[in-house]
Amino acid sequence: MTGVFAAATAAIVVCMGLTLIRSIVGPTVFDRILAVNSFGTKTVLLIALIGYLSGRPDFLDLALVYALMNFIGTIAAMKFTRFGDLAGMEDEESEELY
Amino acid sequence: MLDIVHLVLFTFLAVVAVAIIRLKDLFAAVMLMGIFSLLSASLFTVMDAVDVAFTEAAVGAGISTILMLATLALTESEEEPKYNRFKILPLIAVVLTGAVLVFATFDMPRYGDPEAPIHQHVAPHYIEHTDDEIGVPNMVTAVLASYRGYDTWGETTVIFTACVGVMLLLGGHAIVERFRRRRKLDVEGDS
Repeated sequence: MTGVFAAATAAIVVCMGLTLIRSIVGPTVFDRILAVNSFGTKTVLLIALIGYLSGRPDFLDLALVYALMNFIGTIAAMKFTRFGDLAGMEDEESEELY
Repeated sequence: MLDIVHLVLFTFLAVVAVAIIRLKDLFAAVMLMGIFSLLSASLFTVMDAVDVAFTEAAVGAGISTILMLATLALTESEEEPKYNRFKILPLIAVVLTGAVLVFATFDMPRYGDPEAPIHQHVAPHYIEHTDDEIGVPNMVTAVLASYRGYDTWGETTVIFTACVGVMLLLGGHAIVERFRRRRKLDVEGDS
């Protein structure tokens, strides 16, 4: 069983590398936001896998909280690219995508 | 296996740090700083410092990214080329400081050393008496929330105050303007 977890960890680490390349190279803003979001997901998976690899699955709730925080962070970044601040919800004339 | 994960994560950290320095697009640099925090958080988790990892993820990847983005909304998101020149004196200063810091780590106790001074002071008391005195299964939680409860309370107050202050400085004006405009629209709508 440890072999399976080790293989999964290796795969996740490779995925993290690929996401990292996309976030550095990525031409548009949205490539980078997506890269950060999916890097956070990979972190969650890595923490969960490492918990099982080292025989202490108690890290699992920590991974869940990471997932929540990752979601909130992405929403905040998206709102900033759209409105320029966190409070902007309504339609405005000056609003623009860049 | 865990050693390999350590190595790969540290390599990623170095790559991200170099990329943050080299990138001219500041928005991309902020995004990469978020990745940097997530990487250090996973490193802390691998090293069993779960509470530190949690703080790093919340403050580094969450709050700082948002504060940096708020700052970028007020300024340009492109770095000025005048900071682009290669200078030899700062490089020497930085390399020397780094060398001194690395030299200082040789005097520190090894990672996970049970004989380290930090494990000799009050830690044995916590390990022996947490179950009787506090009754919380997680020892770190018991130390943070009960033995050092006032300390944690003070820290939380400081962080909250700093956060509110920065938010007001960065976004206060826009929020006031929006409320003023909305009230004006309401008054016009009523009449």
